[in-house]
Amino acid sequence: MSDPVSFGPDLAEVFGPSQSDGGPDLVQLLTPEGERVHHPEFDHDFSAEELRGLYRDMVLTRRIDVEATALQRHGELGIWAQLLGQEAAQIGAGRAMRPQDYAFPTYREHGVAYCKGVDPLRLLGLFRGVDQGGWDPNENNFGLYTIVIGAQTLHATGYAMGMQRDGVVGTGDPERDSAVLAHFGDGASSQGDVNEAFIFAASYNAPVVFFCQNNQWAISEPIERQTRIPLYQRALGFGFPGIRVDGNDVLATYAVTKAALQRAREGNGPSFVEAYTYRMGAHTTTDDPTRYRLNDELEHWKLKDPIERLKVYLRRNGLVDQQFFDDLDAEAKELGHHLREGCKALPDPKPMDQFGYVFSEMTDEIREQRDGFQAYLASFESEGAH
Amino acid sequence: MTTQKITLAKGLNMGLRKAMEADDKVLLMGEDVGKLGGVFRITDGLQKDFGEDRVIDSPLAESGIVGTAVGMALRGYRPVVEIQFDGFVYPAYDQIVCQVAKYTYRSQGKVKMPIVIRIPFGGGIGAVEHHSESPEAQFAHTPGLKVVACSNPVDGYWMIQQAIAHDDPVIFLEPKRQYHADKAELDDSATPEPLFTSRVVRAGSDATVLAYGPTVKTALKAAEAAESEGRNLEVIDLRTLSPLDMAPVYESVRRTGRCVITHEAHVNLGMGAEVAARITEQCFYSLEAPVLRVGAFDMPYPPSRIEEEYLPDLDRVLDAVDRTFAF
Repeated sequence: MSDPVSFGPDLAEVFGPSQSDGGPDLVQLLTPEGERVHHPEFDHDFSAEELRGLYRDMVLTRRIDVEATALQRHGELGIWAQLLGQEAAQIGAGRAMRPQDYAFPTYREHGVAYCKGVDPLRLLGLFRGVDQGGWDPNENNFGLYTIVIGAQTLHATGYAMGMQRDGVVGTGDPERDSAVLAHFGDGASSQGDVNEAFIFAASYNAPVVFFCQNNQWAISEPIERQTRIPLYQRALGFGFPGIRVDGNDVLATYAVTKAALQRAREGNGPSFVEAYTYRMGAHTTTDDPTRYRLNDELEHWKLKDPIERLKVYLRRNGLVDQQFFDDLDAEAKELGHHLREGCKALPDPKPMDQFGYVFSEMTDEIREQRDGFQAYLASFESEGAH
Repeated sequence: MTTQKITLAKGLNMGLRKAMEADDKVLLMGEDVGKLGGVFRITDGLQKDFGEDRVIDSPLAESGIVGTAVGMALRGYRPVVEIQFDGFVYPAYDQIVCQVAKYTYRSQGKVKMPIVIRIPFGGGIGAVEHHSESPEAQFAHTPGLKVVACSNPVDGYWMIQQAIAHDDPVIFLEPKRQYHADKAELDDSATPEPLFTSRVVRAGSDATVLAYGPTVKTALKAAEAAESEGRNLEVIDLRTLSPLDMAPVYESVRRTGRCVITHEAHVNLGMGAEVAARITEQCFYSLEAPVLRVGAFDMPYPPSRIEEEYLPDLDRVLDAVDRTFAF
C-alpha cells in the first residue's frame, strides 16, 4: 500500500482545533464574570447612560420573549420562536444601526425589531395567525419576518445594491451614508441563498453586514452538522472579512457591528459578523430540546448569560441604584401588560379583506372569487331569515 | 408616425430601451445581459447606453438574481431580470414562489413587487436538454404572480413596456424560436391594447383555436390550411395566462361551438386544462364537442432531432379540429 496522497494543507493547521468557548479570535469586551476587557481593534468608550440603555433594552427584550412564550402556553399564540440567550447579540446589533440603515430579519429578531421601533405587539400577529407580518417594512426600515431559511439575505443584498444606486454609500455624510444588516443563523449558513448573497455582495461591494447568530443549534442539529470550520472563517473565501464576537456580550456585539456597518456605509463593502451565542430556549415552543442535547451544556451557557454579566458590571461600578432596577421592573411589567392585553385584542383577519392583498390592484378573477364567496356566505344568512 | 419592420428580438430590445428611458428606476439584471447583450441579444447595446449600474451582469446564480431583485424592489427600483433559458429558472423557483409572489400579500398590500422576470421559453431551436421547456403552468398556478406570453414583434415591443410599468410581478414569456424569425411592421405611435387582454388574431366561424407564445403561429398556419378545405377557424392569442382574459374566448366559443387549445407545454394540468374547465362552465350549452387540447406528451423534453415530432404542429391542431367535428 502506498502512502495517502497529500492534498492541500491540514485543515486543523489552518483553522486551529475546534473550540467550544469560541476560540482565540473571539472579540469580547465584557467577560461572563462582568469584567471589562479591552480589544485593540474593536472597542468603544461606553458612557454610563449607554450602558444602562443597553441593559434596559436587553431586559425588555427578554420580557417580550417571556410574555410571548407564556401567551403561547395559554393558547393565545399558535407558536413562538424564542430568543432566550440571544438578547446581547440582537441588542448590540440593533443599537449599532442608524435610522437610515435597514435590517432584514429571520423570524427570531424580536430584539432588533424593538431597536428599530416596531411595536412588539405587531410581532405577535404572525404567531397568533392574524397576519403574516403586519408592519410596513419601509416605515421602520425593518423587513418582514422571513420564514424560508436564508431567503432574506438576498433581499438584503439587493436592497444594499439599491442604496449604492441611490448614492447613499461612501459620500462622507454620516446622516446620509447607509448600510444593511442581514440576519441569519448557523443553520442558514448551509443554504444556497446565503452563499449566493455572499457572492453577490462581494461581487458588487454592496454595503451589507451579514450578521450570523450562531446559537449552536438548528432545531436538533448541532453546528458540527453545518460546518467543519468556524463560520466566520468562511467569509475570507468569499472575499470579505469575518469576525467572531462574543454574542452574549452586548458591548462587543455593539462595537463590532458598529464598525462593520461603518465600513459598509463608507463604501468598503460587505463583512461577516458571527455572534457566538447559545439558544437557551427551544427552537420554538413546539420543540423539545431534551431529546437531542444535554442539560450540562445549557447549564454551562447559563453562566454566560448576557444580562447577568452587564448587571454585575453596572452594580460593581456603581452605575446604577435600586431606583433604576425598580423603574425598569415597572417598565417591563407595563410592557408585559401591553403584550398580554394587546394580543388578546388583536382582531381576527377578515376573510373578505384577504382577496385585496394579493396584488396591488384586485384582478377581475379575484374579484369574482371574492364576490362568489360573499354571496355563498350570504346565502346562509338569508336562509336563517326564513 | 414612424413605422419599421422589426423582429421579436428587436421589438423587445426597443421596448426595454423605451422603458429605461421613461423611468430611471428600471434596472436590467441577468447573466450576460451587459457587454454580450444576452445570449439572444435582447439587451444588445443597453449597457453601453445606460451604464453598468442599470444593466447589470450578474453572477451565475438564478436564485441570487431574483432574490436581489426583491431587495431592489423594496428599495423602490423596478428590476427586469433575464433568466437565460426556461430550464434554468428552477434554482430561482423558491424566490419566485415564496418571496416575489407572496411579499405583497404578506404585507397586506403595503409593499409592491414591480419585478419582471423575462424567460425565453419553448422549443424549436435544436438545443440541448433544459433549453426548450415551457414552465408557464407552474407560475400561472402560483397566486401572486401574473404571467404573460408575447407571440409577435409588435406585442413584444408594447407588452414588455406595459409589464415593466405594472406594479405587480410579471413572468414574461418570450417564444425564443420567434426571436429572429418573422418581421412585422411596428407603428410606435399606435395605442397598444391593455396588457392583460387576449385578442382575436384571425376571425372565423366554424371552430375556435386558442394559442399563446410560439403556438400562435402554428394556429394561424393551421387556419390557413383549413380554409383551403373550406373550414373557417377563429384564432385567439391568449397573451395573458394569469389572469386569463376569457371574455373574447367565451364570445367566440358561443358562436363556433367548438374549441381547440394548443401549447408546447405538457397537456396534463397545463393551461389548456384550466381554459377547458372555464369554457365548460361558461359555454356549456353552446358546446358541440368537448374542448380538446393539443400539447406535449407527459415526458421530459426529447432530444432535439425529434423535437418537431413532439411539439404540436399544424397537422396535430387540424386533427383535433377534425375530432371536434366528428364528435
